[in-house]
Amino acid sequence: MIELNEEQIDKKGYKLHIVNSKKFKTVHITAKFRCLLKRETVTKRALLPFVLQQGTKRYTTSNAFRRALDDLYGAVLSMDGTKKGEQHILTARMTIANQNYLSDQHNILTDGLNLFKEALFAPNVINNRFDPKVVEREKQTLKQKIAAIVDDKMHYANMRMIDEMCKEEPYHLHVHGYPDDLERITAEELYSYYQSVISEDPLDLYVLGDFESIDIKKLIGNLFDRDLSKHLDLDISSETPVVNEVKDIIEEQELQQGKLHFGYRTHTKYADKDYPALQVFNAIFGGFPSSKLFINVREKNSLAYYAASRFESHKGLLFVFSGIAPTDYDRAKAIILEQMEAMREGQFTEAQIDEAKRLIINQYKETLDDPFGMTEVLYNQQLADSSRSVSEFIDAVESVNHQAIVQMANKIELDTTYFLTAKGGQSNA
Amino acid sequence: MHKKHYPQIKETVYRETLPNGLRVILVPKNEMAQTYGVFTTDYGSIDQSFVPIDSDERVTVPDGIAHFLEHKLFEKEDRDVFQDFTKNGASANAFTSFTKTAYLFSATSEVDKNTEILLDFVQTPYFSDQSVEKEKGIIAQEIQMYDDQADWRAFFGIIGTMYDVHPVKIDIAGTVDSIQLITKEDLYSCYHTFYHPSNMTLTLVGQFDPEQMIALIKANQAQKTFEKTPHINRFYPDEALGVAKSEDAIEMPVAVAKCMVGIKEEPKQDSQTFIKEELLADMLLDYFYSKSGEYYQELYDLDLIDGSLGFESERQKQFAFSVIGGNTSDPDKFAKTVKSQLESFKSYQLRKEDFERMKRKMMGGLLRDMNSTSEIANQVSQYQMLDIDFFELLPTLESLSLQDANQFLNNWIKDDNVAIFQVRIAEAS
Repeated sequence: MIELNEEQIDKKGYKLHIVNSKKFKTVHITAKFRCLLKRETVTKRALLPFVLQQGTKRYTTSNAFRRALDDLYGAVLSMDGTKKGEQHILTARMTIANQNYLSDQHNILTDGLNLFKEALFAPNVINNRFDPKVVEREKQTLKQKIAAIVDDKMHYANMRMIDEMCKEEPYHLHVHGYPDDLERITAEELYSYYQSVISEDPLDLYVLGDFESIDIKKLIGNLFDRDLSKHLDLDISSETPVVNEVKDIIEEQELQQGKLHFGYRTHTKYADKDYPALQVFNAIFGGFPSSKLFINVREKNSLAYYAASRFESHKGLLFVFSGIAPTDYDRAKAIILEQMEAMREGQFTEAQIDEAKRLIINQYKETLDDPFGMTEVLYNQQLADSSRSVSEFIDAVESVNHQAIVQMANKIELDTTYFLTAKGGQSNA
Repeated sequence: MHKKHYPQIKETVYRETLPNGLRVILVPKNEMAQTYGVFTTDYGSIDQSFVPIDSDERVTVPDGIAHFLEHKLFEKEDRDVFQDFTKNGASANAFTSFTKTAYLFSATSEVDKNTEILLDFVQTPYFSDQSVEKEKGIIAQEIQMYDDQADWRAFFGIIGTMYDVHPVKIDIAGTVDSIQLITKEDLYSCYHTFYHPSNMTLTLVGQFDPEQMIALIKANQAQKTFEKTPHINRFYPDEALGVAKSEDAIEMPVAVAKCMVGIKEEPKQDSQTFIKEELLADMLLDYFYSKSGEYYQELYDLDLIDGSLGFESERQKQFAFSVIGGNTSDPDKFAKTVKSQLESFKSYQLRKEDFERMKRKMMGGLLRDMNSTSEIANQVSQYQMLDIDFFELLPTLESLSLQDANQFLNNWIKDDNVAIFQVRIAEAS
C-alpha cells in the first residue's frame, strides 16, 4: 500500500513538511503563504509574484537571477496566486535535479534552497521600496495578462459566472487583481505589503524527494526561520447563502462556440463527513467521460465536445462546463438539468457507483504520482485540518452508498446559470 | 525480449518486435502507482495521400480524417470503449498529431485487463454510416472551440504562412466543411492501411512484471490475423525550402494582439543528425528566448512581451520548423525586432560557459521529464518512430560540442526561411 510519508515539523515561524518519496528524479520545494481574500490586498498580492521574480538582492536583474537558476541544472522557479475557498494562497515552487542522477559533485540542493530563500526573503530593495521601474514594468505585464483573460473563453465564462454567483462573498474576488487598483499601487506600498506577508502570513514549506542519501533536515536547518510580528489565526469559516432564486445570465461576444456554465452550492466541504459522498456524486454526474453529462450532452445528443463538472472543496461549490453551438442553449440546458434531476431521483445503478469509486481512487493515486499533486493533497489536508491517510481516503470512498449519493444530490442547490454566446444571440448559428 | 539497463538514470527497458511486426517497449517503474499505456500508429494528419492496402491506386482523403478516425475507434456496435476502461478503474484518452495517432490509458489497478482492452479496441474497428454522421456534430464543436482560441489560430497561421502545399499546414481536426465529406468507407480504407501492427508501437510504463506482460501481449496478438505486412506508399507534395509568404495576418475579436515568427527548416532523415539538430534547436531557442535569455530581455526592455512569450521547435522527418511568439502590444515592432535578432544568428558566437550552462539546464529538464509515467511513455514511443532511443538523449546531449552549436546557429537563418504571422485586434462590429 502506498502511503504519504509526510513528516510535519513545527519550525520557528512556519511549518515544515518533509515528504520522502522514491518516485522522482528531482527535488521539489513549495512554499505556501495564505491570507483571507480581501479587495484591499488582492491586487497587491497578485502583483507580488511578478516583482519578486525580477531579481534578488544578490542577483539584481531578472536575467542574472534566471541564469543562476539555469546554472543549477536548470532549476525551475515559479510563483503564483490561487484561491482556496476564501483564502488567497501565494505559492512559490522550485524543482531541482536530484544529485543522485548527476556526475557533478557540487551540492546543488544547498544552492537551490539558498536561491529559493533569496527569492522569497531577500528581494531587490533600495530605500525601503522595490525598484519603481521594475514595479511599473510588471504592472504592465499583469495588466496585459488581466486583459487577455477575455480571450480564453472557458476561463472568462467561469470567472464571470463566479462574479455573479458570489457577488456578496469574498470568493468572487479575482486572484489576478483589478486594473483600477493596479494603477494606484506604488513601489513603497507594495514593499510594505510584502513585509506584512513574510512576517505575518501563515507559511507551510513542503520539501519532497528521495532523501535516502540526503540529510534534508540538516540542509534546511534554520534557513527559513521567521520572527513573526504577530500570530494570525485566520477565521476561514464562511456562511453559504441560501439560494432564493436561480439567476440566469446571458452575455454576448464575438465568438463561434457558446460557453454554458452552471454554478451550484454543495454546502459540503473537505472535512465534512459527507464529503466522500460528494466525490462519488460528482464522478457519476460529470467528473469523468463515463458520467451522465458526457454521455447525454455529448454522446447521445452530439451537442458538445466537452461537458463536465468539477467541485470546489473549501467553499462548497460545484460547476458544470460545456461548449455548445449558440443555437443549442435551450436543449443543452434542459439536458443538463435533467441529469441533476436523475441524480436526485437516484437513477443510477450499483455498477455505476462501483465504477465511480474505482475512478476516484485511481485518480487519487495518480495525483500522488505527481510531485505537485502530492503537495496539493497534503496542503488541502492542512487547510481543512483533516489529515487522512491513503487507506482512510479509500475506505471513506468505498463506504459511500446509494442513499448517501441521493442525499447529496438533494443537498446540492443550483444558484446561477451563465451563458456566453455569439452576438446576435441564439438565432445566429 | 531485449533488456537494456541505463545506469545513469537507473532505468531498465525491455523491447521486442512481435512476429506480426508490432514493436513493444516496456519500462517497469514499480515505485509509481500509475501505469500508463500508449498504443501509437505512425499515421497523422499529414498522411492524406497514399495507396490503400487493398488497391493499386493513389487516393487523397478529406482533411481531418486521421483525427476523425481516432474519435470513431472508441465507438463499437454495442458500446463506447471509454466504459470498458472505466469499468476497470482506468481513464482513457487519445490524440492525433501531424504524424501520429496515439491511444492511451492510465490505471492504478487491473493493468493486464486494461492493456488487453487497449489492444483489442484499437484492433477491432466498427464504423457505421449513422455513427459517422453523429460524430460530425461533436467534431464540429471541437473545431469551433479551437477557432475561438487565438493561440491555436496563431500557431496554424504561422505554419500556413511558411508552407505552400505541405499538409502540415492543414488543421489537424480539418474544417467543419471538410469533415462533412468523410464516409465510413474512407475510415476503413485509412484504418486498414495505417493500423497494421507493423506500423504501430505499444509502450507501457509503470507497475507490472515485464515477463508476464510480454507473454500477455504475445498471446493477445497471436489470436489475431492481419493481412500480409505491407509497405505503405505515402505521398507528400514537393515543398520549397523557403517560406511560402514572408508575412500574413488575421483579425480576431481579441483584447491583446499576437505575433508569431517562424523559421522554416530542412527536415533531416538521418536519426543521428535529426536528434542532434533537435537538441540544438531546443537549446538555442531556450538560450535566447527563455527568461534568462538575452533576446527575451531585449523584448522585455522594449515593452514588447508580457510573460506569455513562447517558443518551440516542431521537427519530424517530413518537415521541420521553429516558432517564437506570444501576446504583444505592438505586433509590427515585435516582428521587426525578432527578425533582426534572428538575423544576428548568422554571425553569433556562443561562449563556452553559456553553452555548458545550457547543457546543464537541458539535463535537468530531461530528468524532470522522467518523473512521470505518461511523459516517459509518450516520449519513448514518439522517438521510437524516429528510430531514436529516448533514454540515450542524456549521453547524446553530453556529447554535443560548442562547435556543433555555433555551426548550427550560424546556418539556421537563410535569406528566405523566416515568416511572420499576426493576430490583430478586430474593431468591434
